[in-house]
Amino acid sequence: MNGRAVRLGLGLITLALMLAALYMVFVYVPTEADQGIVQRIFYFHVPCAWVAFASFALVAIAGIFYLWLGQQVWDDLGYAAAETGMVFCTLVLVTGSIWAKPIWGAWWTWDSRLTTTLILWLLYGGYLMLRAMAGDSEQGARFGAVVGIVAAIDVPIVIVSVRLWRTIHPAVLVTRQGGHGLEDPRMVATLLVSLAAFTALFIWILCLRFVTLRMHTRLGALARSLALAEAAAQD
Amino acid sequence: MDNLSYLFVAYAIIFAVIFGYVLFIWRRQAALEAELRAMETRMRALDAGGIAKAAEPRSGS
Repeated sequence: MNGRAVRLGLGLITLALMLAALYMVFVYVPTEADQGIVQRIFYFHVPCAWVAFASFALVAIAGIFYLWLGQQVWDDLGYAAAETGMVFCTLVLVTGSIWAKPIWGAWWTWDSRLTTTLILWLLYGGYLMLRAMAGDSEQGARFGAVVGIVAAIDVPIVIVSVRLWRTIHPAVLVTRQGGHGLEDPRMVATLLVSLAAFTALFIWILCLRFVTLRMHTRLGALARSLALAEAAAQD
Repeated sequence: MDNLSYLFVAYAIIFAVIFGYVLFIWRRQAALEAELRAMETRMRALDAGGIAKAAEPRSGS
């Protein structure tokens, strides 16, 4: 089975899971008593956060392997994961703000969970800016790996921020008392299906972006070989 | 804006951003594939030219 067929299969699995998640979010799951219909944002907001955290953890892992082995493939994987993570981290901040307006009466508040998430977004925004400015240089890749590893320290801080500091952010998955904050089993099922759908979406997008970066790397190598061959042919 | 509108806007943004990003990757991939094909063709042409040049009988021999 070739890579294109694998990506197509992954895309179809993602589509099926996403349709199932949408059905559950809008038809199956009961409306939350306190927050009303706007609470349904949560079923896609939390999976976006999970995917962003997984992406940034992958950036750090790929960065470690790049610094250790010096293989371009790890740099491409880290770059692809950072870009994918940024897309989902942006969605976390935007959907969180849209949920906050009717519930808290404000688009934004300097709450510990929100602030640490914004810091995470800024850190990986810095990573992508560094990579864009450094171009294809080896030094840029090394600096990127270091930034990717250091920035990932913020991921566990975001996760435990609701336990560490006073916060108004709902602690759904990690409550102060332990356990989760979803009272209906249908809510748990919907969240799990949404998490599966976004995990599949993440793997699919990551594969697409990774393949694009590998092609870019191969193109750079070919361009260098071609320039050498053309120079040799002229001599 | 009522709560249903907030819900609609949130989901619309999620799908618009994801669709936009996937479209960006697809277009980038198509452009890179075209560039790769063009470069491989040039490489093959250069190789063929080099082989033909090497196969040419040297003058005076």
